[in-house]
Amino acid sequence: MTGARRDCLLNVLLIGLLFFLLHVAEQQLDAYSIRILSLVAVNAILAVSLNLIYGFTGMFSLGHAGFMAIGAYVCALLILSPAQKESMWILEEIQPWLAHLSAPQLFAGLFSDPDMARQLGFLCAVSLGGLAAALCGIVIALPVLRLGGDYLGIATLGFAEIIRVLIVNAASLTNGSLGIKGIPQYATLWWNYGWLLFTLYVIVTLLRSSTGAAFKAVRDDEIAARVMGVNTFYHRVLSFTIGAFFAGVGGALTAALISTIDPKMFNFMLTFNVLMIVVAGGLGSITGSVIGSVVITVMLELLRPVDSFAPGTRMVLFSLLLLGIILFRRKGLMGTREFSWHILFRPRRQQ
Amino acid sequence: MSAASERVHMRESLHAAPSLRLELDAATMRFGGITAVSALDMAIPRGLIAGLIGPNGAGKTTVFNMITGFYTPSSGAIRFNGRAITGLAPHRICKYGIARTFQNIRLFSGLSALQNVMIGSYLRRKSSWWMAPLQLPLVRREAKASFEQAMHLLERLDLADVADQPATALPYGAQRRLEIARALATQPQLLLLDEPAAGMNPQESAELMDLIRGIREDFDLTILLIEHDMKVVMGVCAHIWVLEYGMCIAEGSPDAIRGNPAVIKAYLGEEYDANAQD
Ligand SMILES: Nc1ncnc2c1ncn2[C@@H]1O[C@H](COP(=O)(O)OP(=O)(O)O)[C@@H](O)[C@H]1O
Ligand SMILES: [Mg+2]
Repeated sequence: MTGARRDCLLNVLLIGLLFFLLHVAEQQLDAYSIRILSLVAVNAILAVSLNLIYGFTGMFSLGHAGFMAIGAYVCALLILSPAQKESMWILEEIQPWLAHLSAPQLFAGLFSDPDMARQLGFLCAVSLGGLAAALCGIVIALPVLRLGGDYLGIATLGFAEIIRVLIVNAASLTNGSLGIKGIPQYATLWWNYGWLLFTLYVIVTLLRSSTGAAFKAVRDDEIAARVMGVNTFYHRVLSFTIGAFFAGVGGALTAALISTIDPKMFNFMLTFNVLMIVVAGGLGSITGSVIGSVVITVMLELLRPVDSFAPGTRMVLFSLLLLGIILFRRKGLMGTREFSWHILFRPRRQQ
Repeated sequence: MSAASERVHMRESLHAAPSLRLELDAATMRFGGITAVSALDMAIPRGLIAGLIGPNGAGKTTVFNMITGFYTPSSGAIRFNGRAITGLAPHRICKYGIARTFQNIRLFSGLSALQNVMIGSYLRRKSSWWMAPLQLPLVRREAKASFEQAMHLLERLDLADVADQPATALPYGAQRRLEIARALATQPQLLLLDEPAAGMNPQESAELMDLIRGIREDFDLTILLIEHDMKVVMGVCAHIWVLEYGMCIAEGSPDAIRGNPAVIKAYLGEEYDANAQD
């Protein structure tokens, strides 16, 4: 029990330290660096959610770009002002009900403080983006996982493409191939890291619970899991849906971070990046996904100048580096190990 | 039949049902052209340790797969405690009280020995997944109960000191016992053991026999086991079914089976000789 209390205290201290560092970063760093820090957080959310699906439940899914697109569009449509929508939709008239829908304005009626209304509106928009992605997750998981999950990879890949085609064609909702510009940049460092902490908290507590053990049992041996009374279908759908939710959240934050989205952006490369973070960090390690997000996000930025030699050089180098990681550490940086305070304290006790 | 005699008949069958744990009623399993199990009848009363023997490929494991819901019988019925379970999903059947081990050990490789056993209490949980992030007291209470039950079972099966080791890193005999511990954690009434002594030395299989008898008493179990080691089968089973090419060619007490010419011809003869040379 004292161990649990110690860990709790240390976690609080760590979060305190993180907030302090974020505060310093906000004061000292330029906009570009802050943006990279934000990208680290968003990528970590995406990687952790994919790791839940692939690393902990053993379902090879390639649908993350699709879930992100849903989250991004739902969030963007909810935080754009009616004036922006009116001027931006050129291809087709925007749906009337959507034209006047604006989460911050909805809250403005309830709170006199405009910033409060904006922040609450954004919280709602990101949550709804996640929920919309989760709903799509269920819709795709139910039929595909009924078949046993062997086709999940190809089915989710197809799903992500279908989402893109739908976005292009539903121009009265999404402004089609023109995309959406000028999305308010509400996704501050605080929001991004706040959502990351929330994601980590939910997924880590879930994985430590008996439900998490059931996910791993399904991953390790489906037949034995069924014999032990685990409803494998239910648990696969559950894990997939929770993963889709956080992928949607990641997409929503991306929209409010980079302020411009269009259907082309949510292509397979996006899923591939997340997949690489998960594999490089270690399938089945949340710690690995977080470290992988830091390393790969920063690496991709550092490699940006090499693209001036010839476009695409960056991705070639990136792929080679990843190949190296996988060759020399087949199970990723962390394998399935996790960070815990226990590890830090054990050696001292042994002395 | 008059209404009165029908009622008497019904009462009799109701009365008869609870003493029979497991009944197979002409259970048949066909895979394409081959009939792996053919019109098999079995009736296993509560508390019995029963054996299912036969040469390789006779259909024994297929019988287990039908009972546990992995295969839906092509025809025939399976009843557990008088209730039809034919064609139910494996996790439902497990919840009713049937647990099993596997011929080829199937432990969860990413989990420790303790965690493997703790999975067993999962199906009787009352909490829901969303309660874990909320840290509701029910979740903590169930986790504690699950941990205690698992530790108790690990102690009972002499595995307490390897509780934190990865399950698949354990020696072979320990892995077999761990599978039994994991099955017991689901709190079954009927335990199916698929070749529990496979790969064990004589010392280990002697201990296994004591273990099987012991857990039958301690956990009020009915046990059906598949086994090639005739010492084990004859030593612990009170009733034996013999399969050959999916058909039951004999059933009865160990003595009756030992003396049955059809069995000796089909199977026992060579096995006994093989064992005698060990
Ligand atoms: N899923 C399956 N599909 C096709 N044939 C099967 C299947 N399962 C078992 N069989 C066949 O059924 C027969 C009995 O197998 P099995 O029950 O494993 O034998 P035993 O356990 O007695 O050695 C074998 O001929 C095997 O090939
Ligand atoms: Mg077999």
